[in-house]
Amino acid sequence: VTNWSEAAGQRLTEEPVSTKSSGRSGKALPSGGRPSRASVASAIGTAIPPIWFVLALTFAIVVWRNPLFAEPLSLMSFLKRSAPLVVLALGQLFVVVAGELDLSVGALVTASVVIAARLGQGDPHRTWWIVLLLLGFGLLVGLLNGAVTTLLKVPSFITTLGTMLVLNGAVFLWTGGSPTGSLAANLREAGRGAVQGVPWVEQVPYAVLVALVAGSVAYLLLHRTRFGHRVFATGGGPRTAWLSGVDTRRVRTATFVISALSAVCAAVLLAGFAGLSANAGEGYEFQAIAAVVFGGAALGGGKGRVSAALGGALTLSLLFTLLNVLGFAKPLRDSVEGLTLIAAAAFTAYRLRRPR
Amino acid sequence: VSALAARLPRLRAGRSSLPVWLVLAGVFVVGWIVVDASGGRFLAVTNLQNIAQRSVALGLVAVGQALVVLAGSLDLSVAYTISIAAVVSSVVMAGDPGRVGGGVAAGLGVGAAIGLVNGLVITLLRVNAFVATFGVSLVARGVLNATFDNFAGAVPKQFQSLGYDAVVGVPVSVFLLAGVVAGAWWLVHRTRFGYHVYAVGGNPEVARLSGIRVNRTLLVVHVLCGLCAALSGLFLASRLGSGAPWVGPDGGYDLESIAVVVLGGVALTGGKGRLLGAISAVLMFAVFDSVFNSFEASPFLRTLVRGVIIVGAVALYARRGGQDTP
Repeated sequence: VTNWSEAAGQRLTEEPVSTKSSGRSGKALPSGGRPSRASVASAIGTAIPPIWFVLALTFAIVVWRNPLFAEPLSLMSFLKRSAPLVVLALGQLFVVVAGELDLSVGALVTASVVIAARLGQGDPHRTWWIVLLLLGFGLLVGLLNGAVTTLLKVPSFITTLGTMLVLNGAVFLWTGGSPTGSLAANLREAGRGAVQGVPWVEQVPYAVLVALVAGSVAYLLLHRTRFGHRVFATGGGPRTAWLSGVDTRRVRTATFVISALSAVCAAVLLAGFAGLSANAGEGYEFQAIAAVVFGGAALGGGKGRVSAALGGALTLSLLFTLLNVLGFAKPLRDSVEGLTLIAAAAFTAYRLRRPR
Repeated sequence: VSALAARLPRLRAGRSSLPVWLVLAGVFVVGWIVVDASGGRFLAVTNLQNIAQRSVALGLVAVGQALVVLAGSLDLSVAYTISIAAVVSSVVMAGDPGRVGGGVAAGLGVGAAIGLVNGLVITLLRVNAFVATFGVSLVARGVLNATFDNFAGAVPKQFQSLGYDAVVGVPVSVFLLAGVVAGAWWLVHRTRFGYHVYAVGGNPEVARLSGIRVNRTLLVVHVLCGLCAALSGLFLASRLGSGAPWVGPDGGYDLESIAVVVLGGVALTGGKGRLLGAISAVLMFAVFDSVFNSFEASPFLRTLVRGVIIVGAVALYARRGGQDTP
């Protein structure tokens, strides 16, 4: 099945522009071709994750069908709406690179929003300690996920599924079925407010700034620190990493904590522009995983990039906008998302099968 | 006692589902005591029938899911497969007793087709099973919701007997589940194909080098899983009298079926565990539901307790299995 001999001697040779079509069937790309062009593509391909070309293409189509989308205001509003997913995807990326999955983030988002409303009761003076409390809560959930996965040796799929059930059950048991209380105005400001009077773009939503900071921190942490190397080592080969002196249990626990904290952060943003609801975080766990997969990370660990996950989250978000612009019936958007997800994963699998 | 002693080595090696059945017996007895102590009648025929009925829908899916998980894969698309099979079969039947056969065939056909697509995406495109079946599930959800938004079709009275009738006190559907379980048990534990499933789940590369057609094995288990989910859809259609597009996802059958399979002692990494363990876990869930219902406990408490039980049980297995790699 592999075409190693054919592709031997070539580095990453995919043509970025043809990303989508080649993803659909693994054999669409001939592995031969002109070496000079291939090496150019290779240089570009390693510098810029292929998903960014898909993102650019999707963006071009959206703007072509709806020129208003390129206006600074609507562009910023799109970025604001994507910010929670971006933050969640960045958190999930750490877990996925370490070879695990976190299914509990959606429930944690819901829990955070509901807790903030219930304890805050709309009182702006309580906002600071509520945010601190939520971060502490996220830390606790992350530590719990990590401890159960690494010390009790429960597969992370089951651990985080359990956490999801417990959080969903506990939060609504506490509030009696429907969320009560209200969100303080200054808490919501983080999600819906903006820095006004910025040249070129008029305004920059706080959510976009938060996503930018989160992206930078994630980039530094994953690609520029010793901890990041350990995350890759843990996901790439846990046994090898362990024997090389990496405390893989601690590393994996840390990734769960990062993911949980990102969920709390996303919850605050989401509370801002979406408000209080019992299903605030519903489905976000799968969307975050989908965004990471879009970005070419391999489930199973050891592969992934922050810039690609960022591109994946934005692409997923933009895909919804595109389907909306093209006038797809709402249910069919799920179908398109599913097909694109499979195509992206197939493309990644195809790429990983070829020698670098 | 000697019979038990003879089984001990198998028990230690995790090749028996006996511990799970013992836990089930314990849960059953505790449920009995708790419910009867609070003035209920746990052993009433209607209650036992309820427990059995409740097990059928999840049990059918769990059989298919167990096959897939044993082979080292996973199927997140079962919930929508259930819905599509339920809707398609009831639309084809359209309340006409003469078209029951056609409706059943159509439902099973759709289930097998979805399973086949899952298998093809996993084996040919080499997509991780989680992503592949989740993607297929999204596609199925879109198609389903774009086509139907309410009860569709109708099943004739005769077909409803599958959901409601009982023979000497045992619901007809229980016979269906027993038949499917027996067939799957024979397939997994008594045929060459069953050994292939374990081999592929244990280590696909070693299985391939041993001359096993890994891709074909994966394709077959995924088709069988689709068929099992479709059977569950048929059962639910006969219960409701019509196909409801929300019947699968609302029941949470995707994650729940994986949970019971793992609760039954099947390793999520594949190649380890017994089919009957999954079935006893299904019964355990049904007993829990019945106890919670008799106390009219909050559904949220039920969700919470389930989460704790699933994680706790799997932690116990991990302890028993004693894997040293951190």
